[in-house]
Amino acid sequence: MITIYIDNQPHQIREGQNLLAACLSLGFDLPYFCWHPAMHSVGACRQCAVKQFKDENDQRGKIVMACMTPATEGVRISIDDPEARAFRSTVIEWLMVNHPHDCPVCDEGGECHLQDMTVMTGHNYRRFRFKKRTHVNQNLGPFVNHEMNRCIQCYRCVRFYRDYAGGLDFNVFGAHDSVYFGRQTSGILEGEFSGNLVEVCPTGVFTDKTFKKHYTRKWDLATAPSVCIHCSVGCNIIIGARYGRIRRVLNRFNSQINGYFICDRGRYGYEHILSEKRLHGSRIRENGGHKELRTNEEILRHLTPLIDGKRFIGVGSPRATLESNFALQTLVGTENFFHGVPDRDHALVERVISITKMDPTLTPSLDQVKNCDAILILGEDISETAPMLALAVRRAVMDEPRRHLAPKYQLPLWQDQALQEVTQNKPGPLFLATIGKTRLDNLATHRLSAHPEELSHFGFALAHAIDPAAPDAGETSAEMESCVKSIKEALLAARNPLLISGTGLGHAALIEAAANIARALRHQGKNAYLDFVLPHCNSMGLGLLGGRPLSHALEMVSQVDGIIILENEISRSFSSSRTNQFLGAAKTIINLDIMQTPTSDIATLSIPVASYAESEGTLVNQEGRAQRFYRVVPENPNLRESWSWLVEMMALIKNQPERLGKTPHEITTKLAQVNPIFAPLLSLVSWGSETQKIPRESHRASGRTAMTADISVHEPKPADDPGSPLAFSMEGCHGDVPGNLLPRYWSPGWNSVQSLAKFQDEVGGPLRQENPGRRLFESTGNPIKNYFAVSEKIKKNNHGRWQVVPLYHVFGSDELSAAGAAISERIPDPYIAISAKDAAQLNLLENSRIRLIADREQFERPVKIISSLPAGLVGVPMGLPGMPYVEPGTIVDLIAIPDHRDNEK
Amino acid sequence: MLSELEKNEIGEVLAHALPGQDMSIDVLAIVQKHRGWISDEAVIDISACLGTTPSNVDSVASFYNLIYRKPVGDHVILLCDSISCWVMGYPTIRGHIEKRLGITFGRTTADNRFTLLPVACLGACDLGPAMMIGETLFTKLDEEKIDHILKEHGWQP
Repeated sequence: MITIYIDNQPHQIREGQNLLAACLSLGFDLPYFCWHPAMHSVGACRQCAVKQFKDENDQRGKIVMACMTPATEGVRISIDDPEARAFRSTVIEWLMVNHPHDCPVCDEGGECHLQDMTVMTGHNYRRFRFKKRTHVNQNLGPFVNHEMNRCIQCYRCVRFYRDYAGGLDFNVFGAHDSVYFGRQTSGILEGEFSGNLVEVCPTGVFTDKTFKKHYTRKWDLATAPSVCIHCSVGCNIIIGARYGRIRRVLNRFNSQINGYFICDRGRYGYEHILSEKRLHGSRIRENGGHKELRTNEEILRHLTPLIDGKRFIGVGSPRATLESNFALQTLVGTENFFHGVPDRDHALVERVISITKMDPTLTPSLDQVKNCDAILILGEDISETAPMLALAVRRAVMDEPRRHLAPKYQLPLWQDQALQEVTQNKPGPLFLATIGKTRLDNLATHRLSAHPEELSHFGFALAHAIDPAAPDAGETSAEMESCVKSIKEALLAARNPLLISGTGLGHAALIEAAANIARALRHQGKNAYLDFVLPHCNSMGLGLLGGRPLSHALEMVSQVDGIIILENEISRSFSSSRTNQFLGAAKTIINLDIMQTPTSDIATLSIPVASYAESEGTLVNQEGRAQRFYRVVPENPNLRESWSWLVEMMALIKNQPERLGKTPHEITTKLAQVNPIFAPLLSLVSWGSETQKIPRESHRASGRTAMTADISVHEPKPADDPGSPLAFSMEGCHGDVPGNLLPRYWSPGWNSVQSLAKFQDEVGGPLRQENPGRRLFESTGNPIKNYFAVSEKIKKNNHGRWQVVPLYHVFGSDELSAAGAAISERIPDPYIAISAKDAAQLNLLENSRIRLIADREQFERPVKIISSLPAGLVGVPMGLPGMPYVEPGTIVDLIAIPDHRDNEK
Repeated sequence: MLSELEKNEIGEVLAHALPGQDMSIDVLAIVQKHRGWISDEAVIDISACLGTTPSNVDSVASFYNLIYRKPVGDHVILLCDSISCWVMGYPTIRGHIEKRLGITFGRTTADNRFTLLPVACLGACDLGPAMMIGETLFTKLDEEKIDHILKEHGWQP
């Protein structure tokens, strides 16, 4: 700790910061634009000027930019100095010269950093009386709205999109007072992090296009802390709603996971809640037709004869909460509880769980990933399956040269531009061993493109090379040999090498090979990490609950009275023929889901349930971190949470005496009591004071008394939310609440998301009283270190047929987000991918039609030629709307379909 | 499509450098030398031969005053509007040229003969007001001199 003097008062701060970060950490209001806690300083906007003095006798001082000046021991500055104040006020007046002052029609109004800073500096009268420069805006696609006239040239957008996130299709054009931020030509912003521009931009140049469709000012949004459900990483988000309608998603800071950013799947995926495919009414099959059930009583009346005294099996879901899955498991009994996932995923998730349990210290948080100094990705295309992990990897790789060059050039790590010059943007060690090209390729030191079997073979060979005690994979090719050698050297030269793999390729040997490499590195004394990407937001939670593989349900279904399907579309786990076989054999299907699906269409009884924004519950992410999310709108009696229906059913089935509970809080508590692995959940749901809850509405939410005035002038009682730390109210504890329970970031004078700094002891650091989720795996201190044997199946097959490999898409592969309006515009059309070599051999062109024939499935789709795909593989996009499920690794036949247009000629 | 001549010249320049955005200026200058200006299509072609994105090339092209992203006339008049020339009578000179050619800054005459652009400094501060047409610098301008220069470049009153 060092002492600095601000306006003659001593303050203790951590060494190594710049003055702006130090001032903000100490709680001072110092205006800034170009600086960002995750992107650091460039000194472009000149807004954070302060006066620096040589010593206590220096009366004159000099003006310096706080963000570019190191906070060193004994430094003396003044924020309040009249000259510094005048300087800042002049700078903002000049930045505002071309600003259109269109706040009333601007979506940023009310949460605008530019508004806040303008007020803060006291620039309140416009003297500029000349013509303002104007720009033509671009259509940037379905996510981001563009209004360039509002720009104040802080350059944060390009610094995020290009420098931080590695996007290429966005840039800055022009010079002097006519600088333009956008694409070279109008068109879709392709990067999967483009939505962050909305939060990064200090004013309204980039705003949320989906929010525009149902816009509400920030202060009128009821908000609640939530967790993203669109991949296994579990980024934290804030969901905003008004009049019971979900309106937008913003990033929620979690020091261990997503920090300041989220991906576009997470930001725009919420629109599935508003989709036409959303289920609203219950209906039952009767006399060959459907009957709508209007009330809960009516549903219960029809439910009773269906389940009373009957024997059901349950299909759980990796996208439903722990609570709902637990309720189903309790209802049907563990032996009748099946995981609604492909058997292969089920086995892989179990494998990942057992590896994680053996040594939880191997698993990094996303924040730790950013500090790893050599990374090997084995098999998983993380840019598509876990975008925020890919962003963390990008940062780790780009920051690695900075970390070791900065001391050499005596540069602090916050000197962004200088460090870019010093490193020449040369990335650190990153090795990719995947089946085809990925969006991280341009950072890779070395990349290997091969069959899944060859990749795991390579993995085992690498583990053996690092630690000869690890089993040998047998012969390797000369090319692979040299690859193993160079990667081994790079990993052993690092302090924190990281292995990333996952369930994406559906290949168990890959996961074991990755575990072997990580363990071998630990044996060599490295602080190695091992991270696995899982298929869904609660794959880990479902796996930990226990249950049987879905194919076993296929055998049991004819012996029982019916199936209860929890938030699950069966055809995503089974081929079409097996789906039909399974659902056809069921005497009764009770389906609880958010969305209309083929399964809900044929269900005996279909009950719509609450989405994640409308419920409270727990999800466990890929690292085993349990996180609680909260509802943003009051419970809708017609859209109850799944567990609440399952609890009702327990009461109806007569041999189930005990009710699990009436609130999510009670269910979670029960789960923690009966299943020891979930015992840590108690600390997640216990919240200090029940007397002062945290209000979801801001203290200046408007319209409360007018909302229902057309019905009655008496204000209705606020909805209850028992057990939850949050209230449906404007009143309650606005102040010092645990960081992870903050429903919004706001502080007097700081209306924008930049107010986040007011909730941190040090900008960029953890939130005050933050509980960043709870890791369920405790280190035993005695990790199991033995190696997996080399699986016999990893030999590449050479039978001349085709092997299915799954391909993934950020926009499309996730079931729920794909139903959102904006995201659906970005989903690729279904296809079957083959390599360029195979296409030439089969005489196939891009988009010519091809038929894939597997044992239980066959379908026809256009061909997509992927030059980087190894020959002999056929890429099938997973989960894309219109694509059936084909098990990874399946051996299939391909038949080219003659082009009818040619025949007509 | 870049012409063979352009491709050869670009090849010569790139032979001595690493490809990438860094070489944009040189390549843009070559293409502009042949065509007079840089079209959207040229930006794409140049980015392809540099192995970078069109946005990277355009970012450079649009930054520089003397890389023209719109068609220009046969003669580009670069009139200095910096402080020395201003003091020495730039406003009168500008008004005179605009009156004679019937165009304002950034415009091209209807006969496509002249384009009028401001320039920050021509390095002739001791000889202001100054302007440049092609490679030729004209200094100590007055109205009479302007008429003479314009006529020399094909202006007909």
